[in-house]
Amino acid sequence: MAAIELRRLTKVYPGGVKALDALDLVIPDGEFFALLGPSGCGKTTLLRTIAGLETATGGAVVIGDRDVTSVQPGGRDIAMVFQDYALFPHMDVTDNVAYPLRIKKVAKAERHRRAGEVAARLGLEHLMDRRPGQLSGGQQQRVALARVMATQAQAFLFDEPLSNLDARLRLEARTFLKKLQRELGVTTVFVTHDQAEALAMADRMAVMEAGVIRQIGTPAEVFQRPANTFVAGFIGSTPMNLLDAVVRGDTLEVAGSAVPVPDSAAGLLADGEKVVYGVRPEYNAYAPKPAEGSSEGALAGKVVIVENLGASHLVTLDVNDVTVQAVVPEGSEPAVGDDGFAAPRRDRALVYRDGELVTR
Amino acid sequence: MTRFVLGRIGFSTLIAVLLAFFTIPLLWLASAPLTSDPSYEVRMPDFTFDNFQAILEHPYALPSLYNSLLLSIGTALLVVALAALAAYALSRVRLPGRDALLYALLLLSSIITGTAAMVPLFQLAVELGLIDSQLGLILILSGGLLPAAIFMLKDFMDSTPKSYEESARVFGASPLQIVAHVVVPLVRPGLATIAVWAVANVWGNFLMPYLLLSDVEKQPAAVIMYTLYTEGGQANLRLLSTFGLLYSVPVVLMYLFVSKKYGFRFHGGIKR
Repeated sequence: MAAIELRRLTKVYPGGVKALDALDLVIPDGEFFALLGPSGCGKTTLLRTIAGLETATGGAVVIGDRDVTSVQPGGRDIAMVFQDYALFPHMDVTDNVAYPLRIKKVAKAERHRRAGEVAARLGLEHLMDRRPGQLSGGQQQRVALARVMATQAQAFLFDEPLSNLDARLRLEARTFLKKLQRELGVTTVFVTHDQAEALAMADRMAVMEAGVIRQIGTPAEVFQRPANTFVAGFIGSTPMNLLDAVVRGDTLEVAGSAVPVPDSAAGLLADGEKVVYGVRPEYNAYAPKPAEGSSEGALAGKVVIVENLGASHLVTLDVNDVTVQAVVPEGSEPAVGDDGFAAPRRDRALVYRDGELVTR
Repeated sequence: MTRFVLGRIGFSTLIAVLLAFFTIPLLWLASAPLTSDPSYEVRMPDFTFDNFQAILEHPYALPSLYNSLLLSIGTALLVVALAALAAYALSRVRLPGRDALLYALLLLSSIITGTAAMVPLFQLAVELGLIDSQLGLILILSGGLLPAAIFMLKDFMDSTPKSYEESARVFGASPLQIVAHVVVPLVRPGLATIAVWAVANVWGNFLMPYLLLSDVEKQPAAVIMYTLYTEGGQANLRLLSTFGLLYSVPVVLMYLFVSKKYGFRFHGGIKR
């Protein structure tokens, strides 16, 4: 087991596209770490550079205490699961799982025995003679996992491990992967473009944009306090309300209504300053009438759309031509056309100045 | 109505003539060897095996089939091995002007046929001491087939996903191990196609062995076929037809075998 450290890691593709821009990152031993970002942000390049499939243009990759920047992938003591699993179609499950041991010149009987052990742990023992083409997507994924486990590598790298599964299986696989990683305790880095996946599985995560890491933190930190408007807009199954606001003393003027300055930004704003006020729909309390005697301000508007999210509803309000969304528990959803009020939670709302979070 | 009927009759007649054009030689090949006195017409055979007896007694007939096998299998092995390595490298390594190089090779090899290059090839063989040598012939035949083989195989290689190789690489496999464990098994249908194509090419090649082999004991069947004449200078139809049948059997068998085992595909692609 080993920590992974990236020092000013840079990757420039021929033609001048900068995929990674002087990244610094430390992933401690045993952590389950997610690289999250929209497509083209460099997250897969970063994973492939850690694996050694891409050579870094500058900077260093350190695994354990060893600088492996110029070491071939096979010498880095890592194992990787590819997006399409890359199971060899001409080998059965046993040979696929035992392949890394074959490269290490482990005798056939021994490597088949060890492949059988690992596969049994993942519930694959009845599939050992099948070819990958005869397996379901979920089974293929577990074979790919068994194969990396057989390597006993110091770190695992997963490239979009769940994207080839259908939606229902994906949830199961998510739980399964997290449990497996916890049991094995192997440092694991995985790439995903699905923020829900990263939030659900990772111990910590990095949100990337255009070759730069925009925020590193635990899922809770990233969800509750996005460091900038990019992360704020990217994280969360319903996007955060990001509203233009002007500071007026202890309140913010947002879409013609006054809301109190959030706790996180109290005392840090200058009067008359133009900022962006951010609040998640989940932290926006909807009410058909303004709460009586409440000191909290609320945004008054008209209900435009109500979307069913299952156990809750997403209500879209038109507040003086500004769109504001709030999540309402089931049973109390308004009708389209109703007047309504959205009261942001003061302890959860955030203020962004020039795109960056205003915080102590 | 009459026009329609006449049209149908005309069309059917045309099809019948075309079919006859292709089937009659085949029927002749099947019947003549079993006929005691074959001519150019297709007749009901009298099922004699005298002709086979005669061809077995011919001093060069059976050895020439062996020579043909040796030459074609030797060439096919060499072509498959070299083309696989070259196609893999060309498919995976970015070279400036790679596609231009491939097209130039393909074009040149199809424009400059054996006939056009006859004299220089002969001289080259003489200079290298490869005249009257089966190894020399195999090398020259392989050289002629390689460009097209590389071109076809590169397409197979291009269509195999890179992640298989990258996966093997991360597990520590060397480039040769990757080729042996992953690439070759994946493109096996392509290799089989190239091998069959090379065998069929060499099997039917008359000019090169005729030119480069002077020892009649080294001649392949295609050349020996040419010597089956009677003392009077007439084509010996008994021997020719029988030998022709024997000559075609191995190639037909090979096609059937490979087609059953791999199926013929002239394009790449992996079913996933």
